[in-house]
Amino acid sequence: MTSTAIHTLIPSPIAARSQGACSERPILKERGQREVFCGLTGIIWLHRKIQDAFFLVVGSRTCAHLIQSAAGVMIFAEPRFATAIIDERDLAGLADANEELDRVVARLLERRPDIKMLFLVGSCPSEVIKLDLSRAAQRLSSAHAGKVRILNYSGSGIETTFTQGEDACLASLVPELPLSAKTDAPALLVVGALADVVEDQFARLFTELGIDNVHFLPPRSSRHLPPAGPNTKFLLAQPFLTDTARALEQRGATHLPAMFPLGVEGTTAWLKAAAAAWNIDADKFNATVAPGQRRARTALEPHRFRLSGKRVFFFPDSQLEIPLARFLYSELSADLIEAGTPYLHKGHVGADLDALPATTLISEGQDVDKQLDRCRAAKPDLVICGLGLANPLEAEGFTTKWSIELLFSPVQGFDQAGDLAELFSRPLVRRARLEV
Amino acid sequence: MQLTLWTYEGPPHIGAMRIATAMDGLHYVLHAPQGDTYADLLFTMIERRDKRPPVTYTTFQARDLGSDTAELFKTTALDAYERFKPEAMIVGASCTAELIQDDPGGLAKALALPIPVIPLELPAYQKKENWGAAETFYQIVRALAGAHAPAPGFKRTARLDGASPTCNILGATALGFRHRDDVQEISKLLTSMGITVNVVAPYGCRPSDIARLGEADFNVVLYPEIAGQAAQWLKRTFDQPFTKVIPIGVGATRDFIAEVAGITGVDPAPVFAQPDARSPWYTRSVDSTYLTGKRVFIFGDASHAIAAARVASKELGFTVVGLGTYSREFARDVREAAKLYGIEALITDDYLDVEQAVQALNPELVLGTQMERHIAKRLGVPCAVISAPVHVQDFPARYSPQMGFEGANVLFDTWVHPLMMGLEEHLLAMFRNDFEFHDAAAPSHLGKSAAPAKPPAHQAPPDAQPVFADTPQAGASITPVEADASGPVIWLAEAEKELGKIPFFVRGKARRNTERYAADLKLKSISIETLYDAKAHFSR
Repeated sequence: MTSTAIHTLIPSPIAARSQGACSERPILKERGQREVFCGLTGIIWLHRKIQDAFFLVVGSRTCAHLIQSAAGVMIFAEPRFATAIIDERDLAGLADANEELDRVVARLLERRPDIKMLFLVGSCPSEVIKLDLSRAAQRLSSAHAGKVRILNYSGSGIETTFTQGEDACLASLVPELPLSAKTDAPALLVVGALADVVEDQFARLFTELGIDNVHFLPPRSSRHLPPAGPNTKFLLAQPFLTDTARALEQRGATHLPAMFPLGVEGTTAWLKAAAAAWNIDADKFNATVAPGQRRARTALEPHRFRLSGKRVFFFPDSQLEIPLARFLYSELSADLIEAGTPYLHKGHVGADLDALPATTLISEGQDVDKQLDRCRAAKPDLVICGLGLANPLEAEGFTTKWSIELLFSPVQGFDQAGDLAELFSRPLVRRARLEV
Repeated sequence: MQLTLWTYEGPPHIGAMRIATAMDGLHYVLHAPQGDTYADLLFTMIERRDKRPPVTYTTFQARDLGSDTAELFKTTALDAYERFKPEAMIVGASCTAELIQDDPGGLAKALALPIPVIPLELPAYQKKENWGAAETFYQIVRALAGAHAPAPGFKRTARLDGASPTCNILGATALGFRHRDDVQEISKLLTSMGITVNVVAPYGCRPSDIARLGEADFNVVLYPEIAGQAAQWLKRTFDQPFTKVIPIGVGATRDFIAEVAGITGVDPAPVFAQPDARSPWYTRSVDSTYLTGKRVFIFGDASHAIAAARVASKELGFTVVGLGTYSREFARDVREAAKLYGIEALITDDYLDVEQAVQALNPELVLGTQMERHIAKRLGVPCAVISAPVHVQDFPARYSPQMGFEGANVLFDTWVHPLMMGLEEHLLAMFRNDFEFHDAAAPSHLGKSAAPAKPPAHQAPPDAQPVFADTPQAGASITPVEADASGPVIWLAEAEKELGKIPFFVRGKARRNTERYAADLKLKSISIETLYDAKAHFSR
């Protein structure tokens, strides 16, 4: 029996939908107070992921205070992030600020010889005073050549929202990646920070599928930068990587559009996009993913009972909102009132967006007070929102889930589907238990 | 440019937020970029406030910089007024908005709102959180109480005979270290002296209450870092004396009572004898002798650090080996205090300097902020928190003041509990080398369940070594415990390695569940598949 390549056997949901309903769907675009973090916050998980990198924010006391507050607890004696706090003397003249930065970097590298990659991270104040961190990175790279690679990106709030900081960071890494040639063996690059355990699960699945040349960006160490070039096909593991995807495409790499790997359907579609690109036999694909799918369905079952028909409202936070809403709706039968997202990149979240019902309001950007009015009027059963809103909404009688946990927890892949569902059902279970 | 890993204080506009959030009926319009709203979570998460801070942010973006950020500020201020209808408004800029020089004060004035609008100038590149709180409180007091100021040179006349003296209690804010309970304790103390509390500010008051500050006979300044400047101005303007003693500890509380008696002429004798002041007896009871001469390192804001040193030295019999503060504005006071203990004060806001000092001084107890708690934890030194910066743990559900006689009781408990009791210490020294009692031995009452982990069938790499609370790997060879005889399930190396990736605090449970699952299915070995099959199986 001749086996058929998967993409001819099963119509790809992406191909069928990419130009579909999503482009016509009305989107509420709002402008006003945004209750979200700036891009500097990405340092919290990026420094855990790239284990020999240091993140130096060039900013104000506010930046230092933000990162410290977002990190929640000071677990690390000397964390691999810090702030070079600009003071009034630096504001007097820019030449001085550059010299000061050189001095701070020299002191830092002296203290931390284990650091192999240093990111100079721009902030609102450094952008406004036009401190040129890309030139500073070049200058410092040659000054510390051979010891440490120095890159820069901006995590400023005037340019980036929360997870866009990771996008800016990874985009700054792309020019550093070894360039592979068109003639090199086809390679798969998975882009976006994932928990190590999830990364390892995906790596095993790709191996079982017969895709061997698989790399991950960001890498766990700056010494193992993955190659990228015309032979590279990449899957986005996170929905907020607009600039990184563009930079990879400029290198000749090809994006494999897919749903994001959340839940059974998301993970299957995501893996299938790679399988299709590698012409993997459909039977083999199905056999490979079947055990994971079966486990995920088992794990999801008790949560569907708890979440089915529950009316859910998403405040914008990480750009994961559309894929998460898709998971809640199509895999747990939740009812979606509003899915708010800071930015809507239809090219990347199109497949997830198309799966959402027409009755769900999709909003982009934020005017928090108006959105709170809508939320109160809709009386949802579950509100997904940031830490600044959660307790006040709980005090008003709403059940909430803090969205940051959806980003910080390992939630992708078959074996995390149950964990992801549990993050949503736990607040409901808790409220049902309490009698105070 | 200063290299900063962790900071003791936020920027000055956070101080302004602490004032605004402490009050009702006041709204803060802050010219700030996206991201500065992080500050809301300090109040909603750390302090567990049930309302959002009364702050509206303009949230300007890069594209606004080329157009009109000033217009954005005006629209935002107007919308905030319409929505929240506050009694008064404060307006200002965060660090980035300061650079674009839009003059929020002038812009807000141009709106001609029918309420007092108080402009704040908080230089973000020079000053810090406590300074910002003090300046904000001062500006609010000056604007709102100042509207009722008497003619210059006014002298307060003696009150009519029989009328009880009145005071304001100043300085308590949102996100303050035990401010909620200190206000309650000191209010109770003052009431028991026959003194009426006119206004507590800013904690829990309204702009209309600030306007009444001048009606009191004197001011009680609980936190000079925040209320000092306002109290000085009230003294000049309304001829209101203010208290200088911080009533932390029994001795200082008595001094405070004497000070208040001196100002008001009330008889302090009835409140001196406090049956609830248990700490003086506790510290004299014999078991406390083990506290004698314990070496203590103290760091915090100036007021709390100075007060803690006095309590540690005079009321617990400790030896103060280090004293310092991050409040540079109060460095002189701390240096003076340090001389009392024959030491040099540590004045720094670099927490690495503090860590170095703690390491060098080798104290037996650290009294500090959350930063020192982490330093102490790393160095294995007991620690109690005495000052901001705060953490969610510093907002206990129970009543837990630092000030007054009950505060002294709280200090006794919280500083002594991290230490090992004298008798316990004695017994430990006696049995230190006992075969069942050495550091590595499993607790005897846990019996067989505390058996050491069975060695994995295949040697896992060192980073995958299981670390469970329930199976200490202690060199428990001394206590003979047999391996389980009922046919062990073998962990394959890869599965063992995978298990190592699971967070340590749930790893023990994951291992047990997987083994139970494998046993139920009569499996001989556990693969990665088994691990995740079990995970799915138990997920409900």
